[in-house]
Amino acid sequence: MGYNHRGIEKACEEKTYIQGLYLIERVCGICSHAHSTCFVQAVEEIAGLEVPRRAKYIRTIIGEMERVNSHLLWLGVAGHEIGFDTLLMYTWRDREIVMDLLALVTGNRVNYGINTIGGVRRDIEPEQIKAIVKGMDKLEERTKYYIDLARKESTMLERLSNVGKLSKEDAIRLSTVGPTGRASGVDRDTRRDDPYAAYDEIKFNVITDDHCDVYGRTLVRLKELMESYNIVRQGLKQLPEGPITVKAPRKIPAGEALGRYEAPRGEDVHYVKSNGTEMPDRVKIRAPTLANVQAVAHMLEDGYLADLPIVIAAIDPCFSCTDRMIQLKNPLTRTKKTVAWEDLRLKGIEWYAKKGVDFSRLNRKLENCLG
Amino acid sequence: MLKELFNILVFPGLLFLFIFGMAIEFVDRKLCARLQNRIGPPWYQPLADFIKLLGKEDVVPQESDVAVFKLGPVFALAAAATAFLYIPLWNKQALFSFSGDIIVVFYLLTIPTLVFFLGGWYSRSVFSMIGAVRTLTQFFAYEVPLFMCILSSSLLANTWSLSEMTVFYLAHPWCWLFTLPGFFIALIALLGKLEKVPFDIPEAETEIVAGAFTEYGGRFLAFLRTVLNMEMVVGSSLLAAVFLPFGFVHNAALSFMIFIAKILFITALIAVAHSVVARLRLNQMVSLCWRVFAPLAFLQVLISLVIKGFLVMR
Repeated sequence: MGYNHRGIEKACEEKTYIQGLYLIERVCGICSHAHSTCFVQAVEEIAGLEVPRRAKYIRTIIGEMERVNSHLLWLGVAGHEIGFDTLLMYTWRDREIVMDLLALVTGNRVNYGINTIGGVRRDIEPEQIKAIVKGMDKLEERTKYYIDLARKESTMLERLSNVGKLSKEDAIRLSTVGPTGRASGVDRDTRRDDPYAAYDEIKFNVITDDHCDVYGRTLVRLKELMESYNIVRQGLKQLPEGPITVKAPRKIPAGEALGRYEAPRGEDVHYVKSNGTEMPDRVKIRAPTLANVQAVAHMLEDGYLADLPIVIAAIDPCFSCTDRMIQLKNPLTRTKKTVAWEDLRLKGIEWYAKKGVDFSRLNRKLENCLG
Repeated sequence: MLKELFNILVFPGLLFLFIFGMAIEFVDRKLCARLQNRIGPPWYQPLADFIKLLGKEDVVPQESDVAVFKLGPVFALAAAATAFLYIPLWNKQALFSFSGDIIVVFYLLTIPTLVFFLGGWYSRSVFSMIGAVRTLTQFFAYEVPLFMCILSSSLLANTWSLSEMTVFYLAHPWCWLFTLPGFFIALIALLGKLEKVPFDIPEAETEIVAGAFTEYGGRFLAFLRTVLNMEMVVGSSLLAAVFLPFGFVHNAALSFMIFIAKILFITALIAVAHSVVARLRLNQMVSLCWRVFAPLAFLQVLISLVIKGFLVMR
C-alpha cells in the first residue's frame, strides 16, 4: 500500500518482550504510547501481572496527552488539505505546548518510552503536575477558539460540510472505529466499553455526532480534545500514591491475549501469543487505520477531485501503522513481486554494507550472547 | 528615443517592475507569515529564490511541446511588462496612452493566464492538465466581475483611456468614492487572477501538486514566478489607478511615495484576505463569482451610470 512496511510483527518474534516493546512503540510516530500500552497490556494479561494503580493513572495521563497531540496535529493537517494554512500554523504552534509537557514528563517529544512490562518507567513529580495543569488550561482556551472557528468560518464550512458522507449503517458495516465511526453516530469507545488503565475510575463523555461528514469528524475531534483535558486533570487530581512498577519475569508463560486500546485514531488491537520463552511466538497488530481505510473508498463515491485529500485525511490515516507488505512493481516488464521477510533482511544487510556498515561481527556477538 | 528605451527597459519599465515585484512578494510573504504567527523570510528571499532557480537544471518533459513550454514564460513576462506601461502610476499621464488602452491592458493581462493554460496543457502531465483546465475555468469566472468593476469606473469618467480617467477623477475629486464597492469586488477577483487562497484552485498543492506549474523548473519556473510577481504589481497598480485616483501632486518624489503606499495598502489587503480563509472548490468559486460578484459588479455599473447622469445634468 505504501512505502512504510518494516516487518515489525515478524521482527518481534526474534526479540525479547522488552526489546519488542521498544520496536512496537515505533510502529507509529504519533500514537506510539497507544501501541506500546496495547502490547504491554496483552503481555501483562498472559503473565498475570497486577499493575500498580499509580502506573495505570500515569499511563492514562500520557495516553490522553498523546490524544491531544494527535488531534491538534490532525486539525492542522485538515487545515492544510483545504488550503487553510493559517490554521495549520496556529494548531501546530499550540501543539508545541503539549509536546513540551510530554518531554518534561517522559523525556521525549515522541516515542515516549514510558511503558515497561509491569508498570511505567518514570514517575510524575508535583512540579510537573503544576506545569501540566497550566498547559491544559491554556490549550483548553485555544481549543474553544478552534471550535468557534470551525462553527463560524464560512469557507471552512463550505469545504467540510457534506463531504465524504458515511451513514451510520455504512459506518457499522465497514467497521469504522474511533472518531470516524463516532462522527457517524456509532457510539463506541473502548475506554468506556472495555475500560483499561484507569478509565474505570474517571468520568468522561463519549463524543458522538450525527453530521456523518468531514465536518462531523472535525467536531468530534475538537470536542474530544476538551474531554481529554478533563481526563488529564482528573487523573492528576486522583493520582494515587504507591509504586509505579512491579517486577516482571523475563520468560512469559505460554498463552495468548488480546490487548484493546482506544488510540487517538480509533481502537487499536494487539494479539500476542507466547510460548514460555523470552520471545513471543506471534504478535499481530491491527492499527485503527486498517479498520477505517476500507470506508474511504465508500466516502469518495460521487465526490469531487478537490475533496479527495480532505476525505482521506478525515479518517486521520497512518500508513506506517497500516502497511502490510511490500510489493515491487516493474513498470517496464509489468511484473509484480512480493518481498518476503528473508529478502527484506538481505536487502537491509546489503544496503548497510554498501554504506560501509558491517553488522556481521555484531551479529556473531549477539548469537554468542544468546548461546 | 534613448529616453523612451530607458523608460521601457529600466524605469518605470522592466527592471523597476522586476525589483518592485520582488519587494511586493517579500511584503506579501512576510505579512502572511506574521499573520500566521511565523517569523517569515528575510528581505532578500525572493531574490535568493530567483538566483537559485536560475542555477538549476532545466528539465523539459519528453512528451511536452517544447516550443510552447519554453516560449510561454517569455511571452507572459513581456505581456505583463507591457501592460504596466499603459497604467498611470505616479504621474497623471501614463508612459503611453491612447483611447481604448483599458482594453489593451486587460488583453495583455489575459496573456499570462493563457500561457499558464498552454504551458500546463502542453506539459502532458496529469496534474498540469487538470491545473490548466482549472486555470481557464477560473478565468471565465473572475474576469467578468473584474472587468465590469473597471468598466463602471471608466463609464463614470466617460473615457476608454486610463490616463484620461485619472485626469477626470482629479477634476472631480471624491467621485472615486462612488466606485469604492467596485474596488473591493475587483480586489477579490484579482485574488483569482493571482491564484491566491481562496482562489488558488489551479495550483492547489494538496490536490494537484502545483497545477500548471508542476513540470516547470529551473529558469522557466523562475520566469513564471517573476510573471506572477509582476502581475501582482500590475494588477494592484491598475486597481490603484482606477479606484484610488488621488495623490498626484507636483512634487515627483512625494507623488512616488504615495503610489508606493497605495500598492502596499492593496498588497496588505491581499495578504490578509489570503491568510484568513480556506481554499474553495472550483464549482463553489464559479458559482460565487457568477451568482454574487457578477450581480454586485453590475449594481456598481448602475450606480456609476446614475452618478454620471447627475454629473451631466449639473
